Amino acid sequence: MSMKRLFIMLFVALVAISVVYGGGAQEEGGQAAPTETSEEEPLKVAFVYISIPGDLGWTYEHDRGRKYMVDQLGDQVETTYIENVPEGPDAARIFRQYAQQGYDMIFANSFGYMDPMYEVAQEFPDVIFEHCSGYKTADNMATYFGRMYQARYLSGIVAGEMTEVDKIGYVAAFPIPEVIRGINAFTLGVRKVNPDAKVQVVWTNTWYDPVKEREAAVALLDDGVDIVTQHQDTTEPQKAAAERGKLSIGYDSDMGKFVGETVLVSPIWNWGPYYAEQAQAAIDGTWVSHSFWGGIDGGTVKLSGFSDLVPQEVRDDVAAERERITSGEWDVFYGPFKNQKGEEVIPAGEQLSDEEMLNMNYFVEGVVGRVGD
Amino acid sequence: MQLMFEKRKSLSRKAIVLVPVVSFLVSLLLSGILLAIFGANPMRTFAAMFNGAFGSWSNFTETLVKAIPLMLTGLGVTIAFRLRFWNIGAEGQLVLGGVAATWVALFWSPFIPDFLLLPTVILFGSLVGGLWAGLPAYLKTKLGVDETLVTLMLNYVAILFAEGLYYGAWRDPQGYGFPGTREFPQAAWLPRFSGRAHVGLFVAIAIGLILWLVLNRSKWGFELNMIGKNQRAAQCMGVNVKRNIVLALLLSGALAGMAGAFEVTAISHRLQQGLAMGYGYTAIIVAWLSQLNPIAGLFVAVLMAALLVGGDQVQMMMGLPAAMGLVMQGMILFPMLAGSLFTEYRIKRIDKQEHAE
Repeated sequence: MSMKRLFIMLFVALVAISVVYGGGAQEEGGQAAPTETSEEEPLKVAFVYISIPGDLGWTYEHDRGRKYMVDQLGDQVETTYIENVPEGPDAARIFRQYAQQGYDMIFANSFGYMDPMYEVAQEFPDVIFEHCSGYKTADNMATYFGRMYQARYLSGIVAGEMTEVDKIGYVAAFPIPEVIRGINAFTLGVRKVNPDAKVQVVWTNTWYDPVKEREAAVALLDDGVDIVTQHQDTTEPQKAAAERGKLSIGYDSDMGKFVGETVLVSPIWNWGPYYAEQAQAAIDGTWVSHSFWGGIDGGTVKLSGFSDLVPQEVRDDVAAERERITSGEWDVFYGPFKNQKGEEVIPAGEQLSDEEMLNMNYFVEGVVGRVGD
Repeated sequence: MQLMFEKRKSLSRKAIVLVPVVSFLVSLLLSGILLAIFGANPMRTFAAMFNGAFGSWSNFTETLVKAIPLMLTGLGVTIAFRLRFWNIGAEGQLVLGGVAATWVALFWSPFIPDFLLLPTVILFGSLVGGLWAGLPAYLKTKLGVDETLVTLMLNYVAILFAEGLYYGAWRDPQGYGFPGTREFPQAAWLPRFSGRAHVGLFVAIAIGLILWLVLNRSKWGFELNMIGKNQRAAQCMGVNVKRNIVLALLLSGALAGMAGAFEVTAISHRLQQGLAMGYGYTAIIVAWLSQLNPIAGLFVAVLMAALLVGGDQVQMMMGLPAAMGLVMQGMILFPMLAGSLFTEYRIKRIDKQEHAE
């Protein structure tokens, strides 16, 4: 076939497509133009996700929060999301585009979005920005997160009582304070009930990479751990444990639902009420910048239901510790506890401040692994 | 009747123009069908992609932001490919250039006058990027080590080294423990001319033009082309093949290193996650699609950048999954690469009689 004839055929095919779909484009094009928001128009809210809602973990829970917001506020909000946005300077383009398209409020669910979001927030003073898990704020940019360490600690009690070899594996994303804090809280829980147990950490340097997460879990299992937990976005480490007939502790979502009974319990996120509340405040015009760090008492972080494999006395121990936290009598990082080298971090009767917790860059006694530097 | 590929004696001029155009139409058609299957209106999707990349000046500046590193790494890869030296390490050269630039920007600033800081940062980044590509060139010419594997593996070395630095020794003590170095002093910021688009654009364009002259009009360029076409013949003609390979690769890596230095000085103002974005790999496509022509490379880089930027719109405007954007990018590239076959070969029909001859 000559080049010319091929060219003509393609051209005809393309024209045919334009005819079929071209009409629709004009029809729908009319309503696409963003206009000034008047009072009757819904609040336009965009969510920027690090992974996909189908990860069954981190982003899955954020997207459930988005849906909860829509359920609560109905026609008052109009939401959209974008998934798999890489962290770093490039994310600024995404924020800017949403702002230019007339979105009133933008949520971003990973720490690596902080600097680009802060940059774009300066350019669009009328748009509300909400960043999860960072620390920078502005008049139109708030930060929000939860005291996951409280639920982590409680799940550590379950692991500490149920390990038979006193070796627990932890597949961890990045050596940043959020993750380190979780590992430490978990370990304090484990050793509260089982002072001989060790928690072995493997870093993946990724939030969302199912294959790498699974490999890391397999490496830990090969090394002889009998319970696996993780700070990642997917259920892969738990699945790897289940395939070996080993136990696991979930994270992010109630992973027992997706993996089975081998997942003893999961510390979980519950973003819905926060999202609905902030969107409502934006609609009412009462939104102000803030740093939100919700705990287990307010329900931002939770412990899922237990698997049938967890005996009643373990459940009772967890309930007792939970009571100490929610009553305000005690919190996870109250002294005394020691760091990895056996030096006392903080003496009895004192506690870490929020700022110290947000800066945590050392492991507590009982963790096997290095914080990266 | 049989069909076979026959190598063209000389590149067909008609094919050089027609093939990219036809391939582009094929790819639009294929992606259109795919979009229709997924229930999205192809025309609207293409319009949204085009609009996202070129629709407004501010969108266009974002396309340029991505085009700059693609131009530089693409040109770097072009030099190497002209020699048939398969440098697929532009990613690592870019990252290490960024690391070297960061080192100067953060730690030399007290010792260098402000007006000299930025040029030193950029030059040092380019130098180190060049050395990182010079290493596999040296190994290849001295010991005959295969360059494909070495350049590829060195990417991982560079990326992990950079991570080690910003998670460890260079981590910002005021950064709440988050990975990333502290911000560069302002004197080490490469000026932006609009939005985030920076003056690196003009440098990249100038380098593209100069490179075209060097490769096509200079004695050195002639020697390089000769090495690429037939190394042995070049050697017989008295060309110093080994020395030229090492020199060309130093230059190739230096351009990638410069891209890295531009990224940290103009875009992020620090070393952090997000430097290794895959520009160095896309550069291979840029070089290939431009048929190793530096001037064409500049335009192809803009086209590739537009695909990357426009691809986001597939999600943001059309509500399709992120994977769809990637699939479409693949759909658009594949026919173009396949099409380049036809500039070098043509399909020949062999009739029975002819076959019998």
